[in-house]
Amino acid sequence: MKPKVIVFSGYGFNCEEETKFAFEAAGGVADIVHVNDVISGAHSLKNYQILAFGGGFAYGDDTGAGNAYANKMKNHLWEDLIKFIESDKLILGICNGFQVLMNLGLVPAINKQYGAREMGLMPNETPRYTVRFIDLKVESKKSPWYKGMKEFSLPVANGEGRLFASKEVMEIINKHDLIGARYFKGEMSTYLNLPANPNGSIEDIASITDETGRVMGLMPHPERSMFFTQLPNWEILKEKYKKEGKEVPEFGPGMQIFKNGIAYFR
Amino acid sequence: MATRIEVATTVFDTRSAVRKTKLADFPFAKKIKQLHIIDVYTIDKPFTKQELENIASRLCNPVTQKPFVLTDKNASLPMENTAFDWAIEIGFLPGVTDNVSHTACELIEDLLKVTFSNSENIYTSQITFISGKLTKNEALQIADSLYNPLIQRMHIKSQQEYIKDHGMNIVVPKVTLQDNPKVTEVDLHVSDEELLEIGKKGIKNPDGTTRGPLALDLTFLKTIRDYFDTLGRNPTDIELESIAQTWSEHCKHTIFNDPIDDVQKGLFKSYIRAATEEIRKRKGKNDFCVSVFTDNSGAIAFDDKYLITHKVETHNSPSALDPFGGAITGIVGVNRDALGFGLGAKPVANFYGFCLADPRKDIPLYRSANKQQPMLSAKRIMTGVIEGVNAGGNQSGIPTPQGFISFDDRYRGKPLVFAGTVGLIPRTINGKPSYIKEAQSGDYIVMVGGRVGKDGIHGATFSSEALDSGSPATAVQIGDPITQKKMSDALVKEARDMGLYTSITDDGAGGLSCSVSEMAKESNGCLVELEKVPLKYPGLEPWEIWISESQERMTLSVPKDKWDSFNDLMKRRGVEATIVGEFTNTGRCIVTYKGKTIVDVDMKFLHDGLPVRAMTSKPVTVNYEEPKLAQKTNVTTDFLQMLERLNIASFAFITQQYDHIVQGGLVLPPLQGKGRVNSDVSVFRPVLDSQKAVILAQALYPQYSDINTYHMAAASLDTSIRNAVAAGGNPDYMAILDNFCWCSANEPERLHQLKEAAKACYDYAVAYETPFISGKDSMFNDFKGFDKNGKPIKISIPPTLLISSIGVVDNMTKVVSLDAKNAGDLVYVLGDTFEEMGASEYYAMLSEKTKKQIIGNSIPKVDEKKNSHLYHSVYKAIQNELIESSQSINHGGLAIALAKTLMGGMLGAAISLDQLANTVSRNDFALFSESQGRIVVTVSPKNKKAFEKAMEGNNIYLIGEITKTPKVTIKGINKKIIVSTTVDAMLESYRSTFKGY
Repeated sequence: MKPKVIVFSGYGFNCEEETKFAFEAAGGVADIVHVNDVISGAHSLKNYQILAFGGGFAYGDDTGAGNAYANKMKNHLWEDLIKFIESDKLILGICNGFQVLMNLGLVPAINKQYGAREMGLMPNETPRYTVRFIDLKVESKKSPWYKGMKEFSLPVANGEGRLFASKEVMEIINKHDLIGARYFKGEMSTYLNLPANPNGSIEDIASITDETGRVMGLMPHPERSMFFTQLPNWEILKEKYKKEGKEVPEFGPGMQIFKNGIAYFR
Repeated sequence: MATRIEVATTVFDTRSAVRKTKLADFPFAKKIKQLHIIDVYTIDKPFTKQELENIASRLCNPVTQKPFVLTDKNASLPMENTAFDWAIEIGFLPGVTDNVSHTACELIEDLLKVTFSNSENIYTSQITFISGKLTKNEALQIADSLYNPLIQRMHIKSQQEYIKDHGMNIVVPKVTLQDNPKVTEVDLHVSDEELLEIGKKGIKNPDGTTRGPLALDLTFLKTIRDYFDTLGRNPTDIELESIAQTWSEHCKHTIFNDPIDDVQKGLFKSYIRAATEEIRKRKGKNDFCVSVFTDNSGAIAFDDKYLITHKVETHNSPSALDPFGGAITGIVGVNRDALGFGLGAKPVANFYGFCLADPRKDIPLYRSANKQQPMLSAKRIMTGVIEGVNAGGNQSGIPTPQGFISFDDRYRGKPLVFAGTVGLIPRTINGKPSYIKEAQSGDYIVMVGGRVGKDGIHGATFSSEALDSGSPATAVQIGDPITQKKMSDALVKEARDMGLYTSITDDGAGGLSCSVSEMAKESNGCLVELEKVPLKYPGLEPWEIWISESQERMTLSVPKDKWDSFNDLMKRRGVEATIVGEFTNTGRCIVTYKGKTIVDVDMKFLHDGLPVRAMTSKPVTVNYEEPKLAQKTNVTTDFLQMLERLNIASFAFITQQYDHIVQGGLVLPPLQGKGRVNSDVSVFRPVLDSQKAVILAQALYPQYSDINTYHMAAASLDTSIRNAVAAGGNPDYMAILDNFCWCSANEPERLHQLKEAAKACYDYAVAYETPFISGKDSMFNDFKGFDKNGKPIKISIPPTLLISSIGVVDNMTKVVSLDAKNAGDLVYVLGDTFEEMGASEYYAMLSEKTKKQIIGNSIPKVDEKKNSHLYHSVYKAIQNELIESSQSINHGGLAIALAKTLMGGMLGAAISLDQLANTVSRNDFALFSESQGRIVVTVSPKNKKAFEKAMEGNNIYLIGEITKTPKVTIKGINKKIIVSTTVDAMLESYRSTFKGY
């Protein structure tokens, strides 16, 4: 049986179609479900192994990105979410989805204290929406989402992606292995001659997990580097592969995240 | 009694830092030490203190923010212990869309299980606290730069006042209207002068004020009078308003449709539609057009399963008054042209274009005498429109890959804001063609989405006129992308495929009056019960409800037996849907209000009753002085300065803030190569499991209109096609769209220019076999006001024609970006270079340098036969993977295309232009001529033979080689070095103009 993925929609989320595509290309089956249909009981989280909050502009980022959607989840689905985490399942939050996870207190949830908000995602250093490719160095040793991954390139597209936390929290998340990945000067930021950190995020952090590693949020969009042709330099790479007699790949480096999620249930 | 909740940021807030840098232009900027921004929610609904504390905790993140609930005089204030000098609070005026308020209300309703009544609300505002020893006058200047009095309110306090008053004042900007809506009769049996007055200023209120422009001229008003005479009564105010909307230039395009000179059928039918008809006939079974000119967008076949639609709109007049609101409603408005195509297409890409005045120059303009009603500065208009498209496009989750900015000082009085949307729709839905829709008699008329307020009243009629002191402020509005996103998802991702409605259209210009009467054509009649329309606040007059252009609404026809399922779905998606009447087959448009009939007109009169007004045009001949220029031996400085031109420089700061990668389909990005150079073309996949892709490009040459609009239009069309072909577009599978933005279109000379441009559209579209599928015109882009000395001034835009192209690429990996890829690759110019310098960017630069206007007369002419042959050869060469990089030559000529190639690849080149000596006698002309039909490409040496063979029958010139060292050397026609520079120096110039934006 293919692992089942629920991709949340509604109120301004807008990446659900490509997120579904990514999970299905990775070998899963994904349903896009409106949050109201989960609240009403028409769909149950019980039927799914993976829960994904994709990118978007839930409630237009009003009252802080991810805040209003998180409040809705907290008001109606809190117990279902906790049960979901407790039953060895996976949660992924991408960009706006990460902002929701953070406002829900599902990451970093130090010592599994789910619900406490310990970090914030603030307006970028140039508080303007920014779209560009970046490179990530994987830090997490335990997250199944990052299994076997070291470095990979994908784009950011956000206005509030600057991670912030107190010194105390930073010490703990470093110690507890709760940092999923950091921005670094890799292939793409070198190619584009841009700084590694796109938004001034603290300690160059792009991704945070919970203590289990199964709940993971990240600001950049892995589904936007799931295809080879999404890479900014794909024409050059195509030339290179052709010269080396290699086949030009269909998929890009972001796909591995989705494969890892599906592989966890195989 | 309302309560304020104020949210302070407790850690470093980049918003404050950025706002501070925005104030750097003030002469007293050095005195500004620090800013603090605090967000305010004024809650006008009774809650207990405990409830308020709970609400406050949900409105912020405790890690970075702290809430202050100001229930009484003892509550602590956010800034009571922090030093500051001035507090400036900015909020909205009554009735202006407040999106954060919507979210906050929903958040509280969900949290406390309460409901905000019609008269309860939350009002958001923001306080900027400034520390720095500024005078009150200086603080007021800062305040002025932060708000727009047409939509916002401002309050300022010194620190002492803030402490003494215990903070800022509680302001509740509630809309209060006399709740006594009435319908009045309008007597049109008055003198011609009075009729003209009604047409220009609108229906008179009892207090003598007028309701705003009807934009009806004498002929129209008399026709209306005669019609109602046959009914034996006067029109009601709502009938007159309704007809004015439907007959407006904005809706009926009379200038494009009425006879002009010997063109009896009018310009649209004779030139634009005729071109498409001719091409479709010629293409025969290869015709890819599916729905042209009749719907909200035009559509062509994408593949066996899908159609793609495209539409480009303008939102010029509103953007002049409120740039942010004008642009955001422009983009979310044109999204509804996709949603309103056929049974509803999903928006898959946005397009934008801004024609602006130089933002670096501040030239005050006023809409009325004595320096009253100042216009916003060019810089504020620019930043406003950019932010508007940012908010609208990004929040809607629609990628915005393609766009442009264009500058001319004649856009100072009225900027042009273009907004376009590409849509995707299955060819058949539930077994029926998706592009066919038909409201049935007996179907409910259903309004979906936002509610109706006073915003956007007279938008259609206002934009049919020049901008002046009488332009109504209510025409300005702010969009709410999330309300629309919810509606859009519910309609095109669910209701459409469930077959829950029979027809759909957008509530745009003219609001319900236009959308309902337009759909009523399908069933031949309608009966509307106006009191059922949900309102933002009580007290609207019936005519206001009928014509309001409040945003984010669509009108649908829902069969009675589908209503329950439809309404249930909308409720579950948080979308408001309301039955406001029924479609009928009575042949009449009838509107009632609380049981009383207030509109009862013949459908035929409403739509086709407007009289035909024949127009006469008058040719204009211009002959400018040809400049006498000294021969140049070193053109390096000119070359670098050209890269800094507003019309050429990098606008990456815009590209990067528009999400162009959402939906996952981008293939050829808007910033290309290592050097992140702005491209004229982009490619994306609307269907992720297909190899097919959509290619988008555009072109315009407004300055060419100074010489000849026929050749201006030809160049726009040629360049738009060429820009796409250069990247891999198929010249045999390309459609185009026209946006005519004209000025003073009631003057015979301007009409002649218009006719010439339209004629060129026919000639070249037919020659290239690129059919027009949709278009839009805007005829009165003039500003009538006063200059800084109070002298009357009229500023007319240069006649502007935007041609957008859209094509389908069969294999997305066979496209080519502009950046040079490898050292050693050969550089070719495809196509001939002539001394066609008239109205060129180079002459514009020389004009600025010499402070003497240089236009010249030798405007580029388009050789369609030669170019078409070349474009087909280039397409084949790209299909055979013989081209490494490709850049169409347009503004700034060969030099700029070459520069883009090199900056994109961050590689140097050794170039010689000696082969161009046959057709060009000067080095600067060789570099900067804007001759049409040319492309710069690089080719791998191993493909030299195959490439040159593929180019047989075309004039091509091998001009040099890409080098590894990033040094750029160009030898002139006499083989002597004329440009010697580096890629870094070029990039520095290219990026310098909008540095800091």
